[in-house]
Amino acid sequence: MINKTVTNVREACEGIKDGMTFMLGGFGLSGIPENCIAELVRRGVRGVTCISNNAGVDDFGLGLLLQKKQIKKMISSYVGENAEFERQMLSGELEVELIPQGTLAQRCQAAQSGIPAFFTPAGYGTEVGEGKESREFNGKMHLMEYAFKADFGFVKAWKGDTAGNLIFKGTARNFNPNMAGAATITVAEVEELVPAGELDPNHIHIPGIFVQRIFKGERYEKRIEQRTVRTRK
Amino acid sequence: MALTKEQIAQRIAKEVKDGYYVNLGIGIPTLVANFVREDIEVEFQSENGILGMGPFPYDGEEDPDLINAGKQTITALPGASFFDSALSFSMIRGQHVDLTILGAMEVAQNGDIANWKIPGKMVKGMGGAMDLVASAENIIVAMMHTNRAGESKLLKQCSLPLTGVNCVKKIVTNLAVLKIENNKFVLLERAPGVSVEEIMEATDGDLVVYGDIPEMQL
Repeated sequence: MINKTVTNVREACEGIKDGMTFMLGGFGLSGIPENCIAELVRRGVRGVTCISNNAGVDDFGLGLLLQKKQIKKMISSYVGENAEFERQMLSGELEVELIPQGTLAQRCQAAQSGIPAFFTPAGYGTEVGEGKESREFNGKMHLMEYAFKADFGFVKAWKGDTAGNLIFKGTARNFNPNMAGAATITVAEVEELVPAGELDPNHIHIPGIFVQRIFKGERYEKRIEQRTVRTRK
Repeated sequence: MALTKEQIAQRIAKEVKDGYYVNLGIGIPTLVANFVREDIEVEFQSENGILGMGPFPYDGEEDPDLINAGKQTITALPGASFFDSALSFSMIRGQHVDLTILGAMEVAQNGDIANWKIPGKMVKGMGGAMDLVASAENIIVAMMHTNRAGESKLLKQCSLPLTGVNCVKKIVTNLAVLKIENNKFVLLERAPGVSVEEIMEATDGDLVVYGDIPEMQL
């Protein structure tokens, strides 16, 4: 088996430069590549574009990069949880492209699949559609959307093996499988890394061909954004 | 009496039919799950990647890897499934989801909806709302009839940036149940004790009232 393992997050992030475009998996704070984000903060990489459904909260997730003003542009679908984000956006310090969530997922998927563009009805007739090519299919208007282009993709999985095969858990799966293989280099961080052959091939969500580097994350905080519970009767 | 948010959810729950796959938006729509009849089978989809969403977990059983689209901790019911975001929106765009319930800042009488941005003031983003409204056949809007300033949210034309065009068919507010037909709001039901006049007063768009309007049954 081709070995995709790197020793740690530092090695996993080799080659990262200012001005690059990154894809980062996660929905809210669930399934985010915590260790890679910490490394991006540590490296102080600047002027980057981040493709991520959300922008973290003020003091966790991508909010950590925002705090340090390392992000030039965000491409997201929902950013309502982050006050610093909103401040930087409204003041014009941060360039923001808000796009529909399904379009975001499909633009990742298209990049992964080698599909340069596709049509979707989402956003037609709204400001999302301004300046975009539109076309009617089956009596309904659609917008043409392009596959993303990114230098690095950072995904987080539950389990992985040395061949780069990945298994996700619960709703921490979200954008991670769609971003794997969608950037020039895909870095996967996992909670548990096992030798190739230990994972049941039937259970693998993303085959290792989509992953260039894999490592076991040193630490996972896995912060809960909205703790909601019910009381026992 | 105008309805509470819980009562709006309770009224909408009556629109949920046996065998439906339902996507609930953030806010009042989330509450709908609490009021669905127990003798029917319904599966709730959350666009972050779960079908068969269950209630909130018991204290101490929260799982950071198990949340809904509002980022709240949830549970998965027996028979639930998890999937990635692209597949989730295949369910939505592919019209496999039967009913979409979402909130709005404004609805226009032609079915346009605005719910993601107030220029210069608030930009939260559209999340999955644009995909949902562009594709769903069956969309119910849950919202208050007027905003905090007392201005109507049911308008001739939306003033805020749109989320989708010509897509809303039904609206349940704290005052009324309405449908959209031929570019007008049609009054179907009124909240208990709320008069047709009060609803007309609170509706900026063209409102059609056919005959006697029944009170909502909750």
